[in-house]
Amino acid sequence: MSFISLLWVLLLGSLLGLELIGKVPPTLHTPLMSGANAISGITMLAALTLIVKAEGNVPLLIIGSVSLGFALFNVVGGFFVTDRMLSMFSRKPSNKK
Amino acid sequence: MNLPVIIKFVIDLLAVLLLALGIKGLSKVKSARDANRLAAFAMSLSVVGLLSYYLGTSGIAIQSWIWIIIGSIIGSLFGSILAKKVPMTSMPETVALFNGCGGMSSLLVALGVAIFPISSGQENFDFFKSLINEVSISVSIFVGAITFTGSIVAMAKLQGLLSTPGWTQSKVRHFVNIVFAVASLIAFLDLINGNTSSIWLLVIVSSLLGIGVTLPIGGADMPVVISLLNSYSGIAAAAAGFVVDSQLLIVAGAMVGAAGLILTQVMCKGMNRSLVSVLFGGSLSAQSTASSGSGEYTNITSCSVEECALTLEAANKVIIVPGYGLAVAQAQHTLREVTKKLEQNGIEVVYAIHPVAGRMPGHMNVLLAEADVPYEQLKEMDVVNPDFPATDVVLVLGANDVVNPQAKNDTSSPLYGMPVLDVQEARTVFVIKRGMSAGYSGIKNDLFDLPNTSMVFGDAKKVLNDLIGELKDLGVGEK
Repeated sequence: MSFISLLWVLLLGSLLGLELIGKVPPTLHTPLMSGANAISGITMLAALTLIVKAEGNVPLLIIGSVSLGFALFNVVGGFFVTDRMLSMFSRKPSNKK
Repeated sequence: MNLPVIIKFVIDLLAVLLLALGIKGLSKVKSARDANRLAAFAMSLSVVGLLSYYLGTSGIAIQSWIWIIIGSIIGSLFGSILAKKVPMTSMPETVALFNGCGGMSSLLVALGVAIFPISSGQENFDFFKSLINEVSISVSIFVGAITFTGSIVAMAKLQGLLSTPGWTQSKVRHFVNIVFAVASLIAFLDLINGNTSSIWLLVIVSSLLGIGVTLPIGGADMPVVISLLNSYSGIAAAAAGFVVDSQLLIVAGAMVGAAGLILTQVMCKGMNRSLVSVLFGGSLSAQSTASSGSGEYTNITSCSVEECALTLEAANKVIIVPGYGLAVAQAQHTLREVTKKLEQNGIEVVYAIHPVAGRMPGHMNVLLAEADVPYEQLKEMDVVNPDFPATDVVLVLGANDVVNPQAKNDTSSPLYGMPVLDVQEARTVFVIKRGMSAGYSGIKNDLFDLPNTSMVFGDAKKVLNDLIGELKDLGVGEK
């Protein structure tokens, strides 16, 4: 992958991000922040790559593994906590009896 | 192109599409929960894609599997435990902590690659390529370190573990931060020059910069900072994507970075602050004590819970204005009991949600949703403001700056221009508050001096509990 095409990817990804959340009701700001935050844990892929390519280099394996741990802490925790917040919104308003 | 490459390409494409749909869906109440799960699914898909690609090409050594499993289990376990246990009031801190760890992860990846260059397959040395590699490593470390230390400081401040030290409010802090920034630049240039050991200097000074930038910022501005740091962690992920040559990382990181910026902007607008003043202005209270903002209260009316209950009983329309005080007192369930009683008596109750009430946009919505308040009763500021003149009673619970009429009337006030809830238009306003201390901005609230405002002093939860008792005695809500 040439550097220039990676730059294009960066540019288009940024534009996509700007467009995606043009209008958000304030209610959803915290869940959205938390959800987007979970996605930023995508660095777990970089950590995985590092571990796979470490070729038996133990210090590198350890760094990769710690990095993977941090990333997954972010991803798993982020999605769970977002789901917890959103589950409170989606609860149907109690019908008046 | 062989099969593993094609499979990975298709999976990556699908993952990007689903992530984009996920972020999009998260911005609508109806679809938000499914969208979050969709994004989570896309993330797992991307892992499957990556692992199957390596299985199909170079293979994955047993040793690698072991470290992958160790890292995954520990990270996921702690993440899910924290996510399940943390109380809703601490949401901002939790997001900050998760975010900081994302930054840490990017930092470690870049550090690992910098210390132990991984074989990229082609061994021929290409100056341009190695330059790009070093730049992306530096950016990843720089942004990752700032994200990590900044988020940890933000979390500690929100938890009350750290206060704003006095010296950080003086001009010295700009000098200190400039020194850190310049040192980072020097380390970066040195690194490009081929001096690998300067990477440690970069790690240290960018970590210090993260602390130095976040420490002076006042608690009220914290949500903006967390949102900005969230954007940074996206940028760090994108930089890590350049380091390991992954388009998926770059796209996802860039999306999060851009989305975080938009959110930050929205929050700044809600508080009538510019990003520049949040980042470089220091805490608002430090400025306002010197300005006209402070002053003595001259016309405070305080009243008992009983009077408050009597007025509520006679009302037709009541608006609740929740704020951070409610969150601190964990009084959302008690509040719900009070409003249930009022509703049973045929009194119309709505909640006025200021965009920045609490410590994070949407903070109040989450809290009230936790207490089973119907979503329809939560009204945003612009919707509810015209309703105040026709309202009998407003209950202000632990909110302060967002109901300060100074923002409308007093051009010299630091709050001037901030959109506020026009509670003073209502017939009677009750402010439930622990004492006469100022809000987060440290500015005197003119509302408290108005003749139609009465103060009910006490902890929000205790006052509301007493209120339930009084309402019971009055026979409200008993059928």
